[in-house]
Amino acid sequence: MAQMTMIQAITDALRTELARDPNVLVFGEDVGHYGGVFRATEGLQKEFGEERVFDTPLAESGIGGLAIGLAVTGFRPVAEIQFIGFIFEAMDSICGQASRLRFRSGGRYRAPIVFRSPFGVGVKAAEYHTDNLEGLLAQTPGLKVVVPSNPYDAKGLLISAIRDDDPVFFLEHMKLYRSFREEVPEGDYTVPIGKAKVVREGTDATVIAYGAMVHTSLKAAEEIAKTRGAQVEVIDLRTLNPLDAETIIASVKKTGRAIVVQEAQRIAGVAAEVAALINEKAILHLEAPVLRVASPDIPFSFPLAEDEWVPNPARVTAALHEVLDF
Amino acid sequence: MLHYAVEAGEVKRLDILDADGRIVNPDAVPRLSDGELKELMRRMVFTRIWDQRAVSLGRQGRLGFYAPVSGQEATMIGSEFALNRDDFILPGYRDIPQIVWHGLPMYQAFLYSRGHQHGGQIPEDVHVLMPQIIIGAQIVQAAGVAMGFKKRGEKRVVITYTGDGGSSQGDFYEGLNFAGVFNLPLIVVVQNNGYAISTPREKQTRAPSIAHKAVAAGIPGIQVDGMDVLAVYTAVKDAAERARNGDGPTLIEAVTYRFGPHSLSGDDPTRYRSKEEPTEWEKRDPLVRFRKFLTEKGLWSDDEETAVIEEAKRAVKEAVEQADRTAKMTMPGLIDTVFETAPPLMQEQKAWFSSGEGK
Repeated sequence: MAQMTMIQAITDALRTELARDPNVLVFGEDVGHYGGVFRATEGLQKEFGEERVFDTPLAESGIGGLAIGLAVTGFRPVAEIQFIGFIFEAMDSICGQASRLRFRSGGRYRAPIVFRSPFGVGVKAAEYHTDNLEGLLAQTPGLKVVVPSNPYDAKGLLISAIRDDDPVFFLEHMKLYRSFREEVPEGDYTVPIGKAKVVREGTDATVIAYGAMVHTSLKAAEEIAKTRGAQVEVIDLRTLNPLDAETIIASVKKTGRAIVVQEAQRIAGVAAEVAALINEKAILHLEAPVLRVASPDIPFSFPLAEDEWVPNPARVTAALHEVLDF
Repeated sequence: MLHYAVEAGEVKRLDILDADGRIVNPDAVPRLSDGELKELMRRMVFTRIWDQRAVSLGRQGRLGFYAPVSGQEATMIGSEFALNRDDFILPGYRDIPQIVWHGLPMYQAFLYSRGHQHGGQIPEDVHVLMPQIIIGAQIVQAAGVAMGFKKRGEKRVVITYTGDGGSSQGDFYEGLNFAGVFNLPLIVVVQNNGYAISTPREKQTRAPSIAHKAVAAGIPGIQVDGMDVLAVYTAVKDAAERARNGDGPTLIEAVTYRFGPHSLSGDDPTRYRSKEEPTEWEKRDPLVRFRKFLTEKGLWSDDEETAVIEEAKRAVKEAVEQADRTAKMTMPGLIDTVFETAPPLMQEQKAWFSSGEGK
C-alpha cells in the first residue's frame, strides 16, 4: 500500500479504470497535456494516449454534450468540469439531459458518465470556483452525487462511479486534495455508491456530514467527549443521492439525537433532506429536534470572509450542546 | 478607418429546381434512379398527408405536443434519404418525419407526442435519439456521437437538425466548434423556416446567412433551397461522403417555410406573418415543384398520388390505433427506469404506488 493524498488517489482511480476498460475516456479543459489545473490527470495522456485522455475547447455545455454523445456510442466518459461554478454553463447537459437519458428512452439509452469537479471552501479561490452546489445536483432525479472525504474513499468511490451505468457527479473538495495522506491500496477496489459510513461510533448523539464537514464534525465530537464526556457518532454520507437511510436511521434510533452539518447555505439543502428523512422514519426515537448546521443563506462568500461563512467545529459543538441539553 | 481584414463572403446557395420544377443547375443534379426519384415524391406526399392528419388529430385532442411540418418536407425527406441506414440522427422536436423514415415506428412517434415513455424506446436497430426539446442541446450531443463513431473507426455519419432560432444558441456554436476541432463526421442542418415561433430570422442574427456561421468554426457551410428535395439531397449526400472520408463536419442552411403554426399549442401565425406571405411561399411548395419535375419526366401520375394518399391515411389510422392499444404507464414502471436499479428510498416509493394507496 502507498501513502496518497486525495488528489493522488483520484489520479490512481482514473489510471486503474483507463487501464481496465478501453471504453473509459477522460477529458475536459486542460486535462490532457497539462494534466489538469490540480494535476488530477497528471501523466494520464502520456500513458494512455490522446485518443483516451484529451483536452477539449473551453465550453462546459459542449463538454457535457460530448459526454452524452460518447455514452450513446458505448463509451464511459469521465468529464472534468474545471471548477464547480462552471457547471452553471452545463446544467442542461448534466441535470437536464444526462440524468434523463435512461428515463426518456425507457431504458434504451443510458449515460454511464462521471462528471468530476473540484468544489469547497477553504482555499480562498476566486468567485464561482468553490460554491457548494450539491443541493442542486442532489435534487436531480437520475443523477447520483458522490462526495468523498478522504483518499481511500475517493479512489474506491471514483472507480465505482466510472463502473456505474448511471451518471454520477463526483465532487472533490479542494481543501481535502492535499490536506493529508493515508494508506490507499494499489490497483482495483471499490467503495459502494449509496452507502454511508460510520466514521466515529457513539451513543449520545449523531452528526451526519459529508466532504470537509466530516473532519469539522470529528473535531467537534472530540471536543464534546473532552468537555462533557458524551459520545457522539459521526456519519460520513459519502453519497448524497441516493441517500443511505438505513445507516442514518439506525444511528439515530441508537442515539436519539441528531444534527446535520453541511458546508452549503442552509436553504433547501441536503441537510434539510436528511432532517426530513429522520422525521419520517425515526421521530418517536428523537429526544430533541434535528438541527442543521449550515452556512448563512448568502451566495458563497467572498474569499476574505469564507472562514467566517463556513461552519467550524465551534458551531457544530454548539449545536451538539443544544441537542444534548434539550 | 482601420482595415478590417475579416469580411463575410457572399452567400453561396445551391438550387437545382426552379419554382416550376425545371432544372436550373444541371451539374448538381444527383444521380438518382427513376425509382429513387419516385420514392422521394412518395415520401413527401405521404408525409404531407400524415402531417395533415396529425394536425387534425391534435385539434381533436388525440395528440399531445405536435409541431407541424408542411412546407419543410423537402429538407426532411431529402436529407434523410441521403443517409445510410446505420447513420445516426439527433432530431429536434419537429424532425419526426426524419426519424420515422429512418425506422422509428409511426405509432411510437404518436406516443411521443402524447407524452408516453414508449415513444422514446427507440428500437435497437433504429439509429436515432429521441426528439430534443431544449433548443440546441442535440448539437453538442451530436458532436459526441460523431466522436464515438470516429473513435471506433466506424464509417458512420451523424446528422442533427435545428432551426434558424436554434442557430442563436450557445450549444449551436459549441457543437460546430467541437466538430471542427476534432474533425468529426457531423452534418448540422439548420432548417431556416423564417421564424422561431414568432421571431423573424432577421432578429436572430446580423450574419448575411446562417451558413456563414460555419466560417467561425473553420468548417464548410452551404445554403440550399430547402424546398427543393434534389438540392437538399445533393448537399447532404456530399456532406455525408466527405464526413465518411474523414473530411469532417458541414453546416447546411436549408431555406424553407412552415406553412402551418409553430405547434398546435395555441400559436397563431397571423399575429406575426402577413396574409400574403404564406401564399408567396406556397408557390415554392416542395411537393408541387417536384411533381412538375417528375410529371415532365413521365414518372408520376394522379393515380400514383392518390394511392400514396390512401396509403398514408391508412398508415396513420393504424398507427393511432396501435398507440391507443399501448399499455398505460405505471408509476412503479417509471420509477424503475430512472436508475439501473432503483435505490432503497425509491423502492419505498414504488411499493407505495404498487400498494394502490393514494388512489
